[in-house]
Amino acid sequence: MSSADAMTPDASAGGRIKPKLGSDDWIMRGYMIVLAVYLIVALALPLYAMLSKAFETSRFDLAQFEVQVSDESGAFKQPAETLKQINDRGSFIPEGDLATSSDGRLALTKFFPDFSFRSPVKYRLRGLDENAVYLVGSERFEGTAPAEFDSNTFRRVVIRPVQDYGLANFATYFSTPALFQSIQNSVFIAIVSTLITVSLAFGFAYALCRSCMPFKGVFRLIAMAPILVPSLLPGIALVYLFGNQGFLKQFLMGESIYGPIGIVVGSVFFTFPHAMIIILIALSISDARLYEAAVSLRASKWRTFWTVTIPGARYGLISAAFVVFNLVITDFGLPKVIGGQYNMLAVDIYKQVIGQQNFQMGAVVSVVLLIPALLAYVVDRLVQRKQVALLSARSVVYQPKPSKRFDLSCLAYCALVALFIISILGICQYAALVKFWPYDLTLGLTNYDFDRMDGGGWAAYRNSIYMALMTALIGTVIIFTGAYMVEKTKGFAKGRAGFQFLAMLPMAIPGMVLGLAYIFFFNNPANPLNFIYGTMAILVICTVTHFYTVSHLTAVTALKQIDSEFEPVAASLKQPFYRLFSRVTVPVCMPAILDIMIYLFVNAMTTVSAVVFLYSSKTTLASVAVLNMDDAGDIAPAAAMGMMIFYTNVAARLVHAVVSRYVLGRTQGWRQR
Amino acid sequence: MLKKLAGGLLAGVAVGVMSMSAAMAGELTVYTAVEAEDLKKYADAFNADHPDIKINWVRDSTGVVTAKLLAEKNNPQADVIWGLAATSLLLLKSEGMLEAYAPKGVENLDPKFVDKSTPPTWTGMDAWVASVCFNTVEGEKLGLTAPKSWKDLTKAEYKGHVIMPNPNSSGTGFLDVSSWLQMFGEKDGWAFMDDLHKNIAAYTHSGSKPCKMAAAGEIPIGVSFAFRGAKSKAAGAPIDIIVPEEGVGWDMEATAIVAGTDNIDDAKTLVDWTVTKKANEMYNSGYAVVAYPGVAKPVEHFPENLLEKMIDNDFEFAANNRKAILDEWQKRYDSKSEPKG
Repeated sequence: MSSADAMTPDASAGGRIKPKLGSDDWIMRGYMIVLAVYLIVALALPLYAMLSKAFETSRFDLAQFEVQVSDESGAFKQPAETLKQINDRGSFIPEGDLATSSDGRLALTKFFPDFSFRSPVKYRLRGLDENAVYLVGSERFEGTAPAEFDSNTFRRVVIRPVQDYGLANFATYFSTPALFQSIQNSVFIAIVSTLITVSLAFGFAYALCRSCMPFKGVFRLIAMAPILVPSLLPGIALVYLFGNQGFLKQFLMGESIYGPIGIVVGSVFFTFPHAMIIILIALSISDARLYEAAVSLRASKWRTFWTVTIPGARYGLISAAFVVFNLVITDFGLPKVIGGQYNMLAVDIYKQVIGQQNFQMGAVVSVVLLIPALLAYVVDRLVQRKQVALLSARSVVYQPKPSKRFDLSCLAYCALVALFIISILGICQYAALVKFWPYDLTLGLTNYDFDRMDGGGWAAYRNSIYMALMTALIGTVIIFTGAYMVEKTKGFAKGRAGFQFLAMLPMAIPGMVLGLAYIFFFNNPANPLNFIYGTMAILVICTVTHFYTVSHLTAVTALKQIDSEFEPVAASLKQPFYRLFSRVTVPVCMPAILDIMIYLFVNAMTTVSAVVFLYSSKTTLASVAVLNMDDAGDIAPAAAMGMMIFYTNVAARLVHAVVSRYVLGRTQGWRQR
Repeated sequence: MLKKLAGGLLAGVAVGVMSMSAAMAGELTVYTAVEAEDLKKYADAFNADHPDIKINWVRDSTGVVTAKLLAEKNNPQADVIWGLAATSLLLLKSEGMLEAYAPKGVENLDPKFVDKSTPPTWTGMDAWVASVCFNTVEGEKLGLTAPKSWKDLTKAEYKGHVIMPNPNSSGTGFLDVSSWLQMFGEKDGWAFMDDLHKNIAAYTHSGSKPCKMAAAGEIPIGVSFAFRGAKSKAAGAPIDIIVPEEGVGWDMEATAIVAGTDNIDDAKTLVDWTVTKKANEMYNSGYAVVAYPGVAKPVEHFPENLLEKMIDNDFEFAANNRKAILDEWQKRYDSKSEPKG
């Protein structure tokens, strides 16, 4: 705040220049700080909590316990010794095996090689500090009170570990092949999926951009459809198509769909639209003058393609590649459904946390997953910066010329890709309506009786819609006003840079990592914000944060288009900033605001990764229900719920289109002149 | 505009406040691993006697519910646990997370089904027993003979045709593994699992999924539990429920009050009700063995010799060796696939 004071001396000096402006600045900076605090609480602090969890270790502290052993007659003649002394003498437990998880138990009989439960020997056990915990059977004892056991009871005594900090978890991780194998698997799958998706998407975008084929609008719509479903849905579809009872099983020639093949095919499906849009934009900004030059230099089509088209789109291609890589390596739903025994990092986090209750190890895997995700993110940001520099005011838009053969082959290619997308969605809808696959193929609605299945039933569907609406409304307000403050606040460079950094960070954080970080941070009773744990509010906050960056960039881009002269003019007319904001900025940016809303809504409907750790009995979600129903083997109802999400998103998109058209007519008339 | 801003923020706060009032008298948050399709029936039966107490279910697989409870150790969200594996409850008990309470009428139950501490921290409801679901239609197509024993499942003809739950996440999976170790002994138990592993198509997250996969013909042999098999058979699936002749593992579904609940009176009312004869008759609709002696009637499609094949299960062994067993299991089998295209 001191810098803000220093920049506005006029506020207190009696308003020599423009007192109104001074208070505006104050409000804007204050508001920006409020939003920055929001991002710190919703992002930075949870991540910090997660990192520290990764270094939290458990180990058996042998110096904590003292044992005295009697002779055969039950008389205690030997002096008491600590377990550490006993172990140093006989090294029954190697030092490395003392590291464990918070659930570890160590049987005391291991320290006594001649132990027999029939022997009359008695044992006295005493903890040496208040944190010494041991169990007799499942009965828990804590502290320094001594206890005496006969041999038959002593075999049931186990000690519990103490908490410590260090790198032991990472050591365990990298010495467990089942765990670190996943790094290789994840990177391998991500690279293969990226190569395939980017090639396919490039062809599709090329056809849309450079041919004169018919039905371009339809193809574009179909290509965007995968964005509207959770990433688990292609997995479910693949089970029906290529599973052991699938009707296209023979196409796999004996290979199993459960594993790498399934993950790659599904990944291509759900990342296709992301890659296609980025490449489409890159292709559409290339300069027609270069092609005219190529023609006049008599370059062959092939040569022109490699010397003009590809270099022109290279930033788009690279950016698409890294976006796809990031989406695949951080995705959890798809490998969960179709991955079989093929371990991936994101699924490992789930298995460690949900399956084994090993939160520390979950945090370690999260840290490992952060590294490739961060790298992909940094490269993408660097590349995007260059892409902007490529645009020039003198560029001429390329107009394709009809060519029958080329247009027809483009049409055939796009039809093939569209068929792939439609059949994935179609098979899900069909499977959802079939009564008992594959033995009773009559159609019916039994699979829509969600209340009889896992996952939360129809309430989950209603919760999802409510959550998506709240995310869209609250998120848009926070994100758009935040972007406004970053763009239009004068001076305060450090604060703006700091805010910008916080706003860009969420894109680099995988959803699973964010969700786990939220458990550690919010489910801590010492946290004053603990009360939002298990509520709808935490789901909304988490989802807004998870999808912050793209929305922020959309808002910033729209705001940059507004002439910066508006502010001085408003100031000289003594109009406060919020009047300018509501009368000019918001109406002008309305298309972008609506885009942010629909983006948040659709993603809130489909997201699984972050919220899977955070939902409670009252806040089950449709996307998580798809996961849980599939988990329980109710695959057809899972497909049915997945398709409900799809239809809801389609409806939301339609509403968005209608509202956009209306709003555009009302607020964007000035663009027509 | 400021008004709008304020409105947005207020709405955000309101979301928080509205959902804050979770713990109210007359409402209980109950964690459970009971099959989803039975929950409504359970709640309705309880509400017929106690209409003033509303149950909010949190249902997930055994591993997930246990994980959730452990994660919330210092800040429990649940009031009551109704229908979770006894092995898991033993684990929670050793964390000091269960409230000791002797429900009214607990003396009527078979003592095997009641915690040995006085007062007990948990009471059993019913036993759920491992079984193998075998799809006869697909088995015939593939030319498979029906397996009779656990050891049969390691035969080469079943390669890729067996599916079982992952013991890390599934209570059923864990009771299988723990029963093999108890029946065959440590060394032979792991050797058996090494052989079985060669035939396993996949390890699933939930214990009912293998039987549902067998019912759907996706994988013909599913290692699951008898109750699930009987249900799928009743739904028309072409399956046989096989009880391996060496004996089968089992676990209890049990009930307990979570220590620190702010609704102890309603929690006691519920737990009192869960040990009644009426409640046990309700458990009997799916489980052939229940805690209340003399209640159990034969269940449709249930294999007849199931009871005599149940092993003498050592729950303490299971609970205290759980971590070591799961670590070993993961080391051996959790990285089945090598990376290749």
